[in-house]
This record gives sequence, C-alpha cells and structure tokens, in this order.
Amino acid sequence: MMRHQKQRLLIVSALLIAIGLLLNVTHVQQDIAKDLMILSACIAGYPIVWHALQALRYRMMSIELLVSIAMGGAILIGDDWEAAAVGFLFGFGAYLESRTLEKTRASLQSLSLLAPTQATVLRNGIELHLSPKEVLKGDVVLVRPGERIPVDGTVTSGEASVNQSSITGESLPVHRRLDDTVFSGTILESGYLRIIAEKVGSDTTFSRIIELVEEAQENKAPTERFLEHFSRYYTPAIILLSVIAYAMTRDITLSLTLLVIACPGALIISAPVSIVAGIGNGARHGILIKGGEYLEKMYKVHTILLDKTGTLTLGEPEVTRIHSFVGQADALLKLAAQAEFQSEHHLAKAIVKEAQKQNSYKNILPETFVAIPGQGIMASIAGQMLLLGNERLLTGHQISLDDTQREMLLAEQQQGHTVVMMADEHCLLAMFSIADVVRNEAWSLVKNLRQVGVQKVIMVTGDNEPTAKAVAAQLGIDEVYAELMPSDKVAIIKQLQTKGSLVAMVGDGVNDAPALATANVGIAISHAGTLKCDLEHSKGIPRGVELILERSKKTGGHYGHDCTSRRKRYSHWCNASRRSRYD
Amino acid sequence: MKNVTFRTEGMSCPSCVKKIEVAVSRLPGVSTVQVLFTTAKVKTSFDETLTNESIIAATIDRLGYHVL
Repeated sequence: MMRHQKQRLLIVSALLIAIGLLLNVTHVQQDIAKDLMILSACIAGYPIVWHALQALRYRMMSIELLVSIAMGGAILIGDDWEAAAVGFLFGFGAYLESRTLEKTRASLQSLSLLAPTQATVLRNGIELHLSPKEVLKGDVVLVRPGERIPVDGTVTSGEASVNQSSITGESLPVHRRLDDTVFSGTILESGYLRIIAEKVGSDTTFSRIIELVEEAQENKAPTERFLEHFSRYYTPAIILLSVIAYAMTRDITLSLTLLVIACPGALIISAPVSIVAGIGNGARHGILIKGGEYLEKMYKVHTILLDKTGTLTLGEPEVTRIHSFVGQADALLKLAAQAEFQSEHHLAKAIVKEAQKQNSYKNILPETFVAIPGQGIMASIAGQMLLLGNERLLTGHQISLDDTQREMLLAEQQQGHTVVMMADEHCLLAMFSIADVVRNEAWSLVKNLRQVGVQKVIMVTGDNEPTAKAVAAQLGIDEVYAELMPSDKVAIIKQLQTKGSLVAMVGDGVNDAPALATANVGIAISHAGTLKCDLEHSKGIPRGVELILERSKKTGGHYGHDCTSRRKRYSHWCNASRRSRYD
Repeated sequence: MKNVTFRTEGMSCPSCVKKIEVAVSRLPGVSTVQVLFTTAKVKTSFDETLTNESIIAATIDRLGYHVL
C-alpha cells in the first residue's frame, strides 16, 4: 500500500473521530457519533488488519495483529471510542516514524545525488545518451566539461583536468591523459576525455562508497537487537496472557481490556516526539546531537583521525605567495588575472580571485586567448604576449629558468604547492604559488587535543604525500596516511578499533562518509552536502572538535544523563552508526 | 546465483525487517536475504532457475512494503 493512501485514510479517520466527539459533546445524535467511531476505526484499522493478515500468511505474529485484535475487542465490548483512538494513534505513530526515517534515508540519498546521472557512450560510431547503469564494460565513454564521469575506466584519448575530491579528497584537480585511470563520480572541469569503461554499475568506486556507508549504518547496537526480539515475542506473549486471563476469570471484557492497554500505540508515538526533542536540545548548543551516547563516547576517545582537504584546510586553492622577477608583484598579479579571466581552470580562478581583492583591479578581456590542455594558457593583453602555466609550457616556448628560480620552484613544490609561472616572449616574469590553505582554527588544534587527553592525532587523506606531509608538519601532526581511497580510511579505523582504540573521525565530503560511519564517533563538517553523522557541527570545525571535546570532558556526565533516558527509545532508528561492542 | 537489491518504501520498525527476512527466505531458491533497515533495502541472492526478481518483489509488496 502506498504511503499517500495510508495518509488519506488517516486524515479521514481523524476527521470522523473529530465529528464523532463533537456530536458526543453537544449531546445530539449520540447514535450517529457511535457509528462514526466504528467507521473511523474500520478506516484506520483497514491497513493494520491487512498488514496483520499478510504477516500471518507467513506464520508471523506481528504487532499489527495485536492492534487488530485490540481494536476488534474494543468494538466487541462496546468501547468504540477506544477502538477508533487506538487505530488512529497506531497509524499516526507509524506515519511519523516513516517520516523521520525518510529524513535519515534522504541524507543517505543525498550521497546518491552526487552519483553521475548520464553517460555519453560511443557505440558503432553513434553517440548514445544512456543512464550510467546501462553502460557496459568495454564501452567507449565520452566526457565533456562540467560532466560527472559515469564509470571507472582508463583514458584512451583526450586530456582534461578532473576534480577528484569526491573520491580521493585531493584538493586540486588532477590532470588526466592517455592511460590514466579515472573514477566514477568525479567531475571533469575542463578538457575532454574518451574513456574505456572498466568498472560499471555497482562495481564502480562511487557505488562501493555508498555500499560502505550502508554497511556501516547497519551495524546494529544491542538495543536495536533487543527491540527486534521484543517485537517478535511481545505479540504472542500478550495474546497468550489475555487467553490465560480469560481462562482464569472467564471475563471476556477483562481479557480484551488487557489486549487494548497492551497495545503499543503510546510506545510508538513516544519515539518521534523524543527525537524531535533531542535534536532541538542540541541545536540550542550549536551542535546537532543524534544520540546521547556520542557525547559520552567523545569523553573516552583517545584517537582522532582528521581528514585534510576541507577539514583542516579550506578546500579551495588560494594564491599563497607571489615571486616577482620583473616588476611589482601587484601589477603582475593583475596582469595574470586579466589573462586568465576567461579560463575555466581552478588555478586560474585562484589567481583571478586573489587579484579581485585589489580595489584597482578591473576585468579586461585579452585580445587573444588560447588554452593549452595540461600546460596552461597563452593570451595577449595590450599587445603583450603572455604565457601562464607549468614548466612544460615554458620549455615549449624556449623559456628556461635560472638556478635561483629553479630552486624556488622546487622549494614550493616540496611544500605541496602548485606553481603557475608567468612569462612573456623573452623571460619569466613571476611565479604564483597556489595551495589549499589551512583553516585558522586548525593551527592550535593538535596541541589542544593533546591537552584534553587525546593520545593520537592522525591525518588520513586522499591527497598526495608531499602536500599531506607539508600540512601535517605545519600543524604538528606526526602520523600521516596519504593517497588513501575511502575504503582505506575505513580499514585504518577498523584496525585501530580492533586494537581497542575508541576512534573519532573528522571529515567532510563523500569520500569521508564511510569512515565517518565506521568510526565510534563521526564528526562531519556541515558545508556542502551535509552527510549523516553522529555529531554535526554548524560552525567551522576544527574549532568545533575542540569545543565538543572540552564540553564533554567537563560536562559529559550531565549530557550523558540528559540523553540516556531518551536514547533507549529512539536508538533503533538513530541514523548514525554505532559500534557499541567496542565500548 | 544472482544478486538483486530491492528498494522499498514504508519500513518503519525493526519488526518489519524480520517479517521481510522470514518471508523472502522461505521462497524456494532464495539463498540469502539481508534487510537493510536504515536504507530500506533488501539484498537478496537467489538461484535463477527456481525463482526470479518479480516473484521476490511481489512477496515483499504483498507484505505491505511497496517495492520501488
């Protein structure tokens, strides 16, 4: 039965109850009021009885069976109002519950929204637009700027700049050309690629990520298992009890009353109410708390894993330094931005953004503009020819670096920075060092975490090793795992957990989702595409991590107590992963 | 052996999980059933010669969980 159908039945039964009550109160047409209640009970009860019968066909006594018997019993003993109320409340509880669950499922589905939706496939020389599911292994797939790569595969021709942050967490787009591997779900920013599909459908890296999150989510807590057992034994037990009551007292009204009061309507309706209350309470403190146990766990955490891109850093490349060789740095930056203005490249955008910070900056369209994939651009402004790009571009135009310049370039690269060089026809004018900058709050983070008793602070990132090590060294993080895939992060967490560590993971983005779900406590950064997590902070983490740690160290007891009573009731649908067996 | 995942609507309590698990696993040819409560998905693997996707989908549907 569809949900909106149930919803309609629910509204009708509620209206009937309301009219019935009104008639009853005004003391007119009491007979009609009685009939209306029975009608309401029948309408609200129809889906319940139907569910109960369906389950009985598979020899299962469901909670619906209990409610059905209770409602039938109530009508038999003449308590029509009770029957209508039980039916309506049960239906309403189930409706609220499914609404709440839908929100949880929606946050998981928001992951799926990042999945590619279309694929352009070349078959027998014809371009076909297919759904990514329909792409077969070995198909030739074409990807154009702005599109998501639909499959995992190898590049057969073309060159492009690909944003892989969703899969690897790499801060800067990577250059991809012949024989390079590309992943589904990553975005082609500029250029053009022809790929041969190797992993399709549910085998792609992107699908595996979603599967990892789902698996982690389904790791059930003992309370959850208890509820499953509860629902399996509760119904037969109550039915048996009322039969015994009848056998002992021969009082049909008593045994039916037992059934009616044992009906779990109240239990069901209490759950959504408590979840709403729990979330509201946390929101007042600027933290979204999805279960009290996480704050308690936060108190015990001794290992913290930090993602780099978007967590410790801003996730957006910025110009960090300008080395000027001919002329003023500001003037050179302005010139570079004007030349790059049309470019789609992320490095060009960083330069333009930096130049726009100057008040005197004006956008001027270059007279000529040519983008050279994998190298840079060539543009002319006011008759001056400018080259902006990497070393390959410069060498191609017979411009070479002297020893000092080469040393500077190497030094920047060792720090994990990307360097854009600007030259005219004759010589190098400037070098723009571009990097994903560290968040202000991150600087004191590691020291503070150690102070509050966190023993191990580890960086886990999909970014390349030099960049990861450079950032880690700046922040004083001693353990670094770089070039990780999402599943590698999960493996590291699991390994730490088997050694008995209580692990907190701080991260953002799709690539961290499985790790967040696997960790004992997952802290997600709430920018772009908020994911499901245990604690979700509305302000910039890492400062948030500190706050949470400090708070739970000081007042953990209070918070724990506050949430414990609620926890039992709503934990079975609490959308965060739980790994209580490590407690 | 074929693996198929069904997405359903309306799973609202853990007892639904049991219901679907029992009902589907009793079908001939079905070797494993895993009901994912949070995501409302039913993962199955079955012998194609004994049963098929539409039989399993109909079973889930009949229990009151609309298969999407």
